[in-house]
Amino acid sequence: MSTGRSMIFLERQTYRRRRLIDWIRMLPIIGLILWLVPLLWPVDGSGQVSTSDAVVYLFAVWFVLVVIKAISSTALARARRAEDAERGKPDQPEQN
Amino acid sequence: MGSLNTIVGVSLVYVAFLFAVAFAAERAAKKGRGNWLNWPVVYTLSLSIYCTAWTFYGAVGYAARSGLEYLTIYIGPSLVLFGWWWGLRRMVRIGRTQRITSIADMISSRYGKSNFLAIAVTLLAVIGTTPYIALQLQSVTTSFAVFAGTGSDQVDLTATALWVAAGLAIFTILFGTRTLDSNERHYGVVMAIAVEAIVKLFALLAVGVFVVWGIADGPADILTRIESSEISTWQIKGGRWAGLIFLSAAALLCLPRMFQVMVVENENEDHLRTASWAFPAYLMIMSLFVVPIAVVGLDLLPAGSNPDLFVLTIPLATGNESLAMLSFLGGFSSATSMVIVASLALATMVSNHVVMPIWLSATGAGGASVSGDVRSVVIQSRRLSIAAVLVLGYLYYRLSGGGSALASIGLISFAGVAQFLPCLLGGIFWRGANRNGAIAGLAVGFILWAYCLLLPSFGTGTFLSAEVMENGLFGLAWLRPQALFGISGLDPLIHAVLWSISLNTFAFFVVSICGIPSPIERLQGAQFVNVFEHSSRAPTWTDGTAKSEDLMVMAQRILGAREAQRVFEREANRQGIPGLLPEPDADFLQVLERELAGSVGAATAHAMIGQIVGGASVSVQDLMAVANETAQIMEYSSQLEVKSDELSRTARQLGRANEKLLQVSDQKDEFLSQISHELRTPMTSIRAFSEILRDNDRLSNREKRKYSGIINTEAVRLTRLLDDLLDLSVLENGQITLDQGRASLREVIEASLDAALNHTEVKLKVIRSRRDEEIMLDTDLDRLSQVFINLIRNAQKYCDADQPELQIHTYESDGVVTVDFIDNGTPIPDGAQEIIFHKFSRVNPQKAGGAGLGLAICREVMHRLGGEVSYLPGQGSTAFRVTLPQQLKIAAQ
Repeated sequence: MSTGRSMIFLERQTYRRRRLIDWIRMLPIIGLILWLVPLLWPVDGSGQVSTSDAVVYLFAVWFVLVVIKAISSTALARARRAEDAERGKPDQPEQN
Repeated sequence: MGSLNTIVGVSLVYVAFLFAVAFAAERAAKKGRGNWLNWPVVYTLSLSIYCTAWTFYGAVGYAARSGLEYLTIYIGPSLVLFGWWWGLRRMVRIGRTQRITSIADMISSRYGKSNFLAIAVTLLAVIGTTPYIALQLQSVTTSFAVFAGTGSDQVDLTATALWVAAGLAIFTILFGTRTLDSNERHYGVVMAIAVEAIVKLFALLAVGVFVVWGIADGPADILTRIESSEISTWQIKGGRWAGLIFLSAAALLCLPRMFQVMVVENENEDHLRTASWAFPAYLMIMSLFVVPIAVVGLDLLPAGSNPDLFVLTIPLATGNESLAMLSFLGGFSSATSMVIVASLALATMVSNHVVMPIWLSATGAGGASVSGDVRSVVIQSRRLSIAAVLVLGYLYYRLSGGGSALASIGLISFAGVAQFLPCLLGGIFWRGANRNGAIAGLAVGFILWAYCLLLPSFGTGTFLSAEVMENGLFGLAWLRPQALFGISGLDPLIHAVLWSISLNTFAFFVVSICGIPSPIERLQGAQFVNVFEHSSRAPTWTDGTAKSEDLMVMAQRILGAREAQRVFEREANRQGIPGLLPEPDADFLQVLERELAGSVGAATAHAMIGQIVGGASVSVQDLMAVANETAQIMEYSSQLEVKSDELSRTARQLGRANEKLLQVSDQKDEFLSQISHELRTPMTSIRAFSEILRDNDRLSNREKRKYSGIINTEAVRLTRLLDDLLDLSVLENGQITLDQGRASLREVIEASLDAALNHTEVKLKVIRSRRDEEIMLDTDLDRLSQVFINLIRNAQKYCDADQPELQIHTYESDGVVTVDFIDNGTPIPDGAQEIIFHKFSRVNPQKAGGAGLGLAICREVMHRLGGEVSYLPGQGSTAFRVTLPQQLKIAAQ
């Protein structure tokens, strides 16, 4: 029986999942900060950011966040499925 | 008008298509073939009712007027969805475990199932949503007008609005009130709005693509056009940028229609995970082409055209009828899906929290004797509520005249429902939040919102006079609606949001910490806040008085006969009772209340069961019972601990007993070999000498005497051994009769010493006090003497000191005589102290004198005499103690 080895594997997996959840928790805060960056832009003078640049910036943030979020969510789902399979228990709603 | 006819025809076909989709979804769900209905993508698309006609038409207008600020309306919700792990996940879980039917139900359920709070939230939601519904009707009719060409025929327009409202009411009633249980998904509705979500996205994308690649020369050209248009003069206003992100985020959580699709219609919590990125992506795509359309519209169309309609007017102006048609359908979809879900959500709230309680108190004073079919009453009230909500929207549209810019109504509505935010979030994150706090917060928030934002929005002079606007209420300058507390210069919207939300939160907080919530509130609070920690257990009902049959009658009226019987049968099975009527215990009542709550809302369900069960659901007694239960559990666990200690003690005792048994068994084996040896030795010599006597005639008389003497001695030895065994056996079986006599202890000891020490060569020095021994005894003197002799002989035999001596101490107290025999030899080791009293045991087999029966016999004898002989440890030498009653009680036999 390789129970011992699989336990080590499982704990490592759980640890990774916890950190993934931390990352998922952090994402909206990062997003908020990035989207509040326009508040720092100079309102007038030569340093003023043009509207077209602003559009590109805001949508770029959006796009990157969506992609990262999609990857993390899928990874979380996969991690949970793997863990459940490991434990041999049916799929249950996420506990925290 | 030909074009108008076409558009009417197209919309009718489209509506028919939606009906077909809804029907197909309902049929598939009913037949269990609706797996595709549970795809996360359907859930995500249903969330898109956030994008109403305000997005479809209004966003472009917003961009044309205020530049990139329109993005805040979509950035806020995106952040909320990105942060689903923080808040939405919790809300959805609570919604599912508590079977929440609406946001009013959520708030009322959290704050002790307060119906007052439910009614308040319902009314405020209606006030906040009605203008929004009016807005949708307006957008549809305006788009009709655009197709009609002139848009001047007001009579036609209001008629159109009426037809649209009626059509939507029919759709919502048909698909929204089929199932009574709001926790069952409205598959038809959800599927229809998912399809509409695709239509509006596709329409907006089509217009966007047409604008970017059809009119302009691709993205680069669009960026240059942006720079040269008036939008480029846009400057970020920090307050509005941050404030609107907050406001739209709050609105996503608080809007009744969003709550409906996000929480109530949620089938699987995992869908939220997909929606957490897919919905922001949807919003991003929806807002992607807004600026290009606005820029091109400003370029292309004559100055003064309504930018709110660019999405329609650009294709029309470029002669692209079919694209315009598609665009119209997109706008139509946005408007209708919003109105359907909003009216459904509001109707659920109105019927559950306003109509049902009134109806119940009007007819149901007799508790269980509620007459009529409650089920049909609920459905009818819900249908009427849908119609009423739409009529309200229509009336608002008629009265407001439909003039103001779309976006401003949207934001005012957002700010209104955002007032739910403090008590909603406080309720799910803070256990200290209570009902009074929630009421205070809502009251303060809504009064400020109405005073600072809603009433001024109707224009100066309508509700608030110019005098009030200028100088404040009652002439108090610090009460000016748009400059509260003398802080002027803020944007009116941000001003209102800032004051209303912050004072709302403050009032909620302060009143909450000042009061003590009722028990049921505290239990609900714990359940909401700790929804992930423990499986849900709602406050319990006191059972006993409730009649299962009454409950059955009521449940059938609300859930329908089949469903109610299913629930009752399941519960009866759980309780192990055959048939349909379970015992009305607390668990069952709780389950039943949840089931009912899914149909009529928590507060009403609670009230209905309360009528039958009688009294408040949770009294102090209940809490005491809960506390008692806990105490019992703790007691029980400590008992268990004691028991397990006891068990391990017993196990240790058993171990010791087992060890002893093994020792005894060893001794027996040893004894058997010993006894056979003991028997064999005399037998052998007897046999040998008797053979000599028999076979040898020439023996001298002296020899004959000698040999017969040996035979006799050995025979005596054998007899003594057998006597001992017999004696022991008799003693053990209690067959001896005691020969009671009276003598002093001194006499007994002296007799014993004489008997034991006579004819022996080993000198044993005996130390005793004759004075102490003057104790009169009334017992079997011979037997006692036998014990003493045995002990003295043992000392004589086994004492290994050079100068062996024996001390005999005697004393008497309370009628118990104690005699200690202490010699100066090596003490008996711990392990053997008990065994020496066993039969056949000898401490030192090599130094064998007897067969190891002496002490065993002593013990039996003393037992008969009502006393005890035991080893006396701790003397530094071998010592025995004999205790016996001064007066032998014959009865002891």
